[in-house]
Amino acid sequence: MLTFFGKRLLQLLPTLLFVSLIIFLLQHLLPGDPALVMAGEEKDPQVIAQIRAQYHLDQPIPIQYLYWLNGVVHGDLGESLRIKQPVLDLVLEKLPVTAQLATIAMLIALVIGIGAGVVSAVKKGSAWDYGANAFALWGISTPNFWLGIMLIFLFSVRLGWLPASGYVSLFEDWRTSLASTIMPAFVLGNAIAAILMRHTRSAMLTVLDSDYVRTARAKGLPERTVILKHAMRNALTPVITLGALEFGTLLSGAVLTEQIFSIPGFGKLIVDAVFNRDYAVVQGVVLVTATIYIVLNLLADIAYVLVNPRLRT
Amino acid sequence: MVDTTEQELLRLALPIESADSPRARAIRALLLRKAAVFGLLLIMLFTGLALLAPLIAPYDPTAQSWANVRKAPSLAHWFGTDEVGRDVLSRLLYGARASLVAGGISIAIALSIGAPLGMIAGYLGGFVDALLSRLTDAMLAIPFLILAIALAAFLGPSLGNAMIAIGVSTAPIFVRLTRAQVMTVKVEDYVEGARAVGNPRWRIAVVYILPNIVPALLVQATLSIAAAIIAEASLSFLGLGQQPPAPSWGSMLNSAQRFLASAPWLAIWPGIAIFLTVLSFNLVGDGLRDALDPRRR
Repeated sequence: MLTFFGKRLLQLLPTLLFVSLIIFLLQHLLPGDPALVMAGEEKDPQVIAQIRAQYHLDQPIPIQYLYWLNGVVHGDLGESLRIKQPVLDLVLEKLPVTAQLATIAMLIALVIGIGAGVVSAVKKGSAWDYGANAFALWGISTPNFWLGIMLIFLFSVRLGWLPASGYVSLFEDWRTSLASTIMPAFVLGNAIAAILMRHTRSAMLTVLDSDYVRTARAKGLPERTVILKHAMRNALTPVITLGALEFGTLLSGAVLTEQIFSIPGFGKLIVDAVFNRDYAVVQGVVLVTATIYIVLNLLADIAYVLVNPRLRT
Repeated sequence: MVDTTEQELLRLALPIESADSPRARAIRALLLRKAAVFGLLLIMLFTGLALLAPLIAPYDPTAQSWANVRKAPSLAHWFGTDEVGRDVLSRLLYGARASLVAGGISIAIALSIGAPLGMIAGYLGGFVDALLSRLTDAMLAIPFLILAIALAAFLGPSLGNAMIAIGVSTAPIFVRLTRAQVMTVKVEDYVEGARAVGNPRWRIAVVYILPNIVPALLVQATLSIAAAIIAEASLSFLGLGQQPPAPSWGSMLNSAQRFLASAPWLAIWPGIAIFLTVLSFNLVGDGLRDALDPRRR
């Protein structure tokens, strides 16, 4: 067991190293001299020379990478050119906002996705099954930013039930917080729910066809017990670990959703940084997002092994 | 004279043609799926509309008219007009070009990067495979749209750069898929046979392995076009794709956001267009997957 964790942890290192390399090289895709971009309107040769020395831009690229990596390892993701604040502080400030949104979105996705998947498998071939499949197709085909706009039109503009934008922390005022988060969270959770539904349906169909479920039925157990206690427990293990992996999709989706609902989170931070050519922030956000994804991937693997005794050896 | 063993090896190394080829069976299986046929018809319809846009669009998609600002749908303007009086239907028809071209070209970029790298990794194995696999893992660890946004931002906003950004961000999926497929196929008897008769590596890869992994790549490419169309619309929505005044469904939705209360039609039509296009590729992708997988037939 410990060997497995050790191996998985060791496998993380090269992946993280490659992620850092990709992110570092992103800046070098910029046409022209990065020092000129950083100098902005200021074209004073002295200022440019100072920037070049400060960011080691006068060094060869591999040396620049090592300087940058050393900073990252010590928690220094650079400084925002626009806000003049350390990127790490900005990330830590915005992360809880996106985390709250993503958590509620994931809860919505799990409830809808697993619910629809189980019903679809149990009632295979019925109107419920077709309805659930149509829902899944709708979920993966709808651009979430359009869904967001349509929900704002319906629930904010027409009915006036929910606020169209803004963010309040759950710890500040949970009612207002839920009212402002429910629409963006649904928009985010919708696509994940569709993916989870398809996987749940497929896993449930396999399990429902297995010998032990047939035995449970043959023993005369009520269908409800067979499905809820016997089938679902085994079918949902891979689905829940898949949920952890879908977190990356949530973070991608958050970029546009936060933009539409004016939520001051991670997604809005990266979009604002892109438009202000604040490259240190773009690099920092991409690095942190990738690290979160890799760690969640690891946790999903560990969880999978923990709940599946056959994989422990 | 060719001895028996060599004849046997040659037989294994030659592709076998039959009257009812797997391709014909797969096409028949695909056409039996109503949803997939509906998807195909929708794709043909949208492609036709995009190609014929200059002939069928009722107005110039960039022509502004201050007398027609935000007019509701009418006989003169079937889908209404936008905030500077441009005809929404004409912009939708021209916008289809941006979406379909972006979907197709970005996946062509992804395939042309991903498939060769995946073949190299899967066929050669060893250090090259380990290196390419770690690189793929690293790229897949960065959420797709965030990577595309970062790339598009660094390359500069334009439709061409958006396609490159989407293509590069999608490439790792094809590297991983091709690698897995090659590793399965390369141990098959007919590949062993081709190797035994002295075919060079490139010939084995191109003639004997590639045709057998095409179905899996085709399914993934179709589903990826759907994702790429959403990604292009997302980048254009953020101002990183098609630049104004050229029309694109994403940028139309961006400007529509400001006029939701007074002109909701501005947001409805482009969204429906994106949804239907993406849906059609997903339907065909699902149908192809089922048609090409004998277990699902």
